[in-house]
Amino acid sequence: MKRLKRKMLLVLTAALLIALCGCTQKTSDNKGGEQTGLTNITGTVATDGSTSMEKVIGVLGEAFMANNSDVTFTYNPTGSGSGIQAVRDKRCDIGLASRNLKDEEKGVGLSETILAYDGIAIIVNPENGVSDLTLEDIAAIYKGEISSWQELGGSAGEIVLIGREAGSGTRDGFESITDTADICQYRQELTSTGDVITTVASNPNAIGYASLASINDKVKVVTVNGVAPSEDNIKNGSYLMQRPFILITRQGEELAPAAQKFFDFATSAEAVELISMAGVVAAQTK
Amino acid sequence: MKNRRQLFENIVHGVFLALGLITVGCVLLITVYLVASGIPAIREIGLFEFLGGQTWASTAAQPAYGILPFIMTSIYGTAGAVLLGVPIGFFTAIYLAKLAPPTVKSSVSAAVSLLAGIPSVVYGLVGMLVLVPGIRIWFKVPDGASLLAAILVLAVMILPSIIKVSITALEAVPKEYEDASLALGATAVETYFRISVPTARSGIAAAVALGVGRAIGETMAVMMVSGNVANMPSLFQSVRFLTTAVSSEMAYASEGSLQRQALFSIALVLFLFIMLINAMLNLLLKQKAERS
Repeated sequence: MKRLKRKMLLVLTAALLIALCGCTQKTSDNKGGEQTGLTNITGTVATDGSTSMEKVIGVLGEAFMANNSDVTFTYNPTGSGSGIQAVRDKRCDIGLASRNLKDEEKGVGLSETILAYDGIAIIVNPENGVSDLTLEDIAAIYKGEISSWQELGGSAGEIVLIGREAGSGTRDGFESITDTADICQYRQELTSTGDVITTVASNPNAIGYASLASINDKVKVVTVNGVAPSEDNIKNGSYLMQRPFILITRQGEELAPAAQKFFDFATSAEAVELISMAGVVAAQTK
Repeated sequence: MKNRRQLFENIVHGVFLALGLITVGCVLLITVYLVASGIPAIREIGLFEFLGGQTWASTAAQPAYGILPFIMTSIYGTAGAVLLGVPIGFFTAIYLAKLAPPTVKSSVSAAVSLLAGIPSVVYGLVGMLVLVPGIRIWFKVPDGASLLAAILVLAVMILPSIIKVSITALEAVPKEYEDASLALGATAVETYFRISVPTARSGIAAAVALGVGRAIGETMAVMMVSGNVANMPSLFQSVRFLTTAVSSEMAYASEGSLQRQALFSIALVLFLFIMLINAMLNLLLKQKAERS
C-alpha cells in the first residue's frame, strides 16, 4: 500500500513537472514573437474565426510559414461571431468571417477585406432522384411548404431538413440568400459541416446545405436554377447560393509586421492558386 | 530540534491546506461566476417566461428565450435512460458481485471498465452512424435523430457507473448476514435479494444518483444523436437538451448579447439540477455511513 502511494506520488510529480515545462515553453515562444528582426520577419500571426474557412486558411498559413520559417501562424476555429469579437478584443491579429460585416460591427472600428467567395452547395442523398431545384423550391422546402419529394418529381418520402445551429456562418449565409431567416422548419440542427454531410449521406430523404469546399462524393450536389456550383459560375454570379470569406482588421491600426506580411500574401495574386486549391473562389484575379 | 520539526510539520500542513483550497476555490469561483452571469438574462427575460416559455429562438428578429423544451427534454431523457439503464446495471451488478464465477467476473468487469473509459464523442459517433439510421428503418420514421436515440445512448453510458458502485455496495455486505440467511434454509438467490440488496440499499441508490448525474450532464454524445431542434420532447422528434443548448450556440453567441447571457442562465439551471442531484447523493451516502 505504502509503495503504491509512493509510486502514485512520483507519477503525479512527474505529471506536474511536465505540465510546468509545457507552460514555460509557451511563454518563451511568445517572447520570441515580439522581437522583430531586420531581414527575416519573425513573430506570430494569430487568426481566429469562421470554421468554414479552415481549409483555405490552413493552405494559406502553411504556404506562408514555408516561406517565412521564423513566423508562427495560428488559426483558432471558433466561428465567425467569435472571430469578429476576438479581433475587436485584440485577442488576434486578423479575424475571419464567412459573412459580410454588419453595419454595427463596422461602426466599432472593424474593416473587411474579401478574400474569397464560397459557394453553398445544396446536398441530397445519392439515392435521391431530384437533381435540380430553383431558389424558390429550396426556400419552400425549408419553410415546410413543400414536404414531400414527390412534389418535386422524386420518389415518395417526407423531406428531412438538415441544417446548422443558430449563429453558424453557413446557416446565416443560407438563410439570408434564400430569405428564410428564422422560419426554417429544421428536423436536425447540427454543429458542423461534417455532421451535415454524414447525416445526409445516411438518410435517403434528407436535404442539407454545406460549404462547397467540404463536399465529398457521399452526397449528391443539386444544381440551383439549373446552374452547378462551379468556380466560374460562382465568380460570374450565376450560381446564386454563395457568400464571401472575409479578413477582418482593426481600422486605422497598423498590423504587426508578420501579420501585415501574411495579409499582403493572402490578398496577392500568388495566393489565388492556393485559395482555389481549397475549393473556394479567390476574390483576386491572377 | 523539536522546534524545527514542528516548523516543518506546520509548513507541510500549510501546503496541503493551500492545495485543498484550490478545489474549494474552483467550485466557489464557478458558482459565483455562473450566478453572476446567469442572473441578468433571467431578470431581463422574466423568470416565468424563461423557465416556462415553450419557444427558443435566440437569433430571430423577435427573439424568444423559453427553455421549457430543454428542461423537459433533459428530464425525460434522463428518466428514460435511468429506466432502461438501472435494471440492466442492477442485475449485472448482482450477478457479478454474487453469482458469477471468478473468470467471468474478471472479464466482464474489465469490459465494464472499458465501457467507462470510452470517450463520449465515440458513443455519439457510433450512435450517429448506427443507431440513428437503425431507428429510422425499424420504426419507419422520416429521421432517426430523436429523443429515443439519445435515451438509448445515455442508457449505455450510465451503465458502468451504476454497475461499479453497486458492486462495491454489494460486496461490502458482511458475509455473516448472508451465511445466517443461508443457514436458516434460504436459497442463494433468496439471500441475495432479501438480505444483500436491502443491506446495500443506500449504496445502490447512490449508484442510481450517480447515473442520473452522468446522464443529465452528458453533452457531446446526445448532441450527435438528438437532432438539436428546440422542440417539446416527444419520443421520435428531434430534441435539444439543457447541455446541448449551451454548447451548440455558445461558439457563435456574441459577447454581451442577451443570447449569450441566456446561455449562461441555461447553464445556471443545469448547475442547480446537478447540485440537487449531488445533495441527494450526499444524503444517501450519509445515511449509509450512519447505518454502518
